[in-house]
Amino acid sequence: MRLSSEEIEILKIIEENHKISVETIASMALCSEETVNQTIEKLEQAKIIMSYPTLIDWSKVEGHENVVAMIDVKVTPKRGVGFDEVAGRISRFSEVSSLYLMSGAYDLSITVEGKTMNQIATFVSEKLSTIENVVSTTTHFMLKKYKHDGVIFSSDNEDKDRRMVVTP
Amino acid sequence: MSLEYNRYLSQTAKELQPSGIRKFFDLAASMEGVISLGVGEPDFVTPWSIREAAILSIEQGFTSYTANPGMLELRQEITSYLGTRFGVKYDPTNQVIVTIGASQAIDLAFRAILNQGDEVLIVEPAFVSYAPLVSIAGGTPIAVATSPVNGFKVTAAQIEAAITENTKAILLCSPNNPTGSTLTKDELLEISKVLKKHDLLVVSDEIYAELTYDESFTSMASIEGMYERTILINGFSKGFAMTGWRLGFLAAPKEFVEVMLKIFQYTTMCAPNMLQHGAIEALRNTYHEVESMRNSYRRRRNFVVQALNQMGLDCHTPGGAFYVFPSIRATGLSSEQFAEELLMQEKVAVVPGHVFGESGEGYIRCSYATSMPQLQEALKRIQRFIESRGVNPKKDTVECHTPS
Ligand SMILES: Cc1ncc(COP(=O)(O)O)c(C=O)c1O
Repeated sequence: MRLSSEEIEILKIIEENHKISVETIASMALCSEETVNQTIEKLEQAKIIMSYPTLIDWSKVEGHENVVAMIDVKVTPKRGVGFDEVAGRISRFSEVSSLYLMSGAYDLSITVEGKTMNQIATFVSEKLSTIENVVSTTTHFMLKKYKHDGVIFSSDNEDKDRRMVVTP
Repeated sequence: MSLEYNRYLSQTAKELQPSGIRKFFDLAASMEGVISLGVGEPDFVTPWSIREAAILSIEQGFTSYTANPGMLELRQEITSYLGTRFGVKYDPTNQVIVTIGASQAIDLAFRAILNQGDEVLIVEPAFVSYAPLVSIAGGTPIAVATSPVNGFKVTAAQIEAAITENTKAILLCSPNNPTGSTLTKDELLEISKVLKKHDLLVVSDEIYAELTYDESFTSMASIEGMYERTILINGFSKGFAMTGWRLGFLAAPKEFVEVMLKIFQYTTMCAPNMLQHGAIEALRNTYHEVESMRNSYRRRRNFVVQALNQMGLDCHTPGGAFYVFPSIRATGLSSEQFAEELLMQEKVAVVPGHVFGESGEGYIRCSYATSMPQLQEALKRIQRFIESRGVNPKKDTVECHTPS
């Protein structure tokens, strides 16, 4: 879909911070509030705006430290539908937070989240490996998150404003 | 018994005015929880690859002096940058010096061209260093006042009216600190005619060249007949978010550079080696980051200008830099009172306009190089402050407006 420069401007603003009010977006993009509303609605319908996720560092919240694993999966592609059918099946599990078709040593890359290691192990052995056409799985548990979706996860805050209060 | 110190001090140095910015810094720095719109520098940290290049150069042992005017490799990057971005050609071997910030480049320019009694026109409101640097070099700064009537742009006629037989040069700064006003190519052309007619030099401070929002930037040196009489000043501080690195550069006809280089050799020797490695990386590989910072400033500018106008503080839309310069006349306060009381009452730091010259009285400089949430909060507080002063917000501000 080809978007106008105004529509792209609105997307860039809400990509940075979707909590900004329509009024403020309008003033930043030099357009009317009506244009902002219409654009957002249009882009939501076109599924260009997919969702408004909030990136949370759960590892900092006691009792909510999720276990995350990345799993390399080899599959035998099916005639006619290729990888799509098996990928579609796997992506429906709520444990799966992302799924990509990859080139290289394996076919699918899956990210799985669970409360415990055990929960993920059960998912892999009982749900994933038993799917027809899944040939093998290699599970890598994630030990620490340093950067996710362009956001650096760290306690040492680069965002801290180190400037003096007034400078020339 | 203490010495009679006055007796020992240089007359020129003694007569320098302390910067009004300094006073305001002392005041604001002593308070907690201040939101600052008083900073003349990017809120971004230097792009990582630039920092990484400097770190690597230290690891590799680049810890010696470099050539006086800077590493040839960096000068080559600078000339190719000036060529591709602004269409001005310089020879890296004898037309460029890498300096300690644009600040030192301006100092070198004045020291190289001024004799006792030479006058330099300074377009005000102006960056706080210009007039003192002219004085230190033995010249006389002459203010040319601008006003918001035409967006604080200096006109050819205003310049012509200020010229005397002692006028040697003009300092032009576009986009400007503190007003953000940005001269178009046509406006520069008009000005260039007067400068040629009166045989004047231009020290062209183009430090905000990367931060222009509505029109592409035109360098004074690219205007016909001006290359020969222009000392171009630029640097990494603003566009590349590298203020603390203290790296700038100048480019000029080699006859000027030769003289400036002599002064530079004796005062400085060269810019720091490892930082020059960072600067090479900046020019080679970070253009997309500069662009994304520019886009972010532009959006914030739009928001801030509209918010100030809506609350009743008249504010023109500046074409560049990251400052707005709204009038605070509606409050009946002087700019110093306004800034002080705003700081005390609402903990928002801005810079009173008069520190940039007399014509800045009645205005304040607000920097929008601050995150959107901080800006939104600061503007809320400013609104509360001016409402407490009985200024009425404009209810009928037009929703859609194109920047002038
Ligand atoms: C107009 C102008 N020129 C020059 C400078 C100094 O730049 P640098 O940090 O490169 O010395 C500044 C910094 O505020 C400025 O606003």
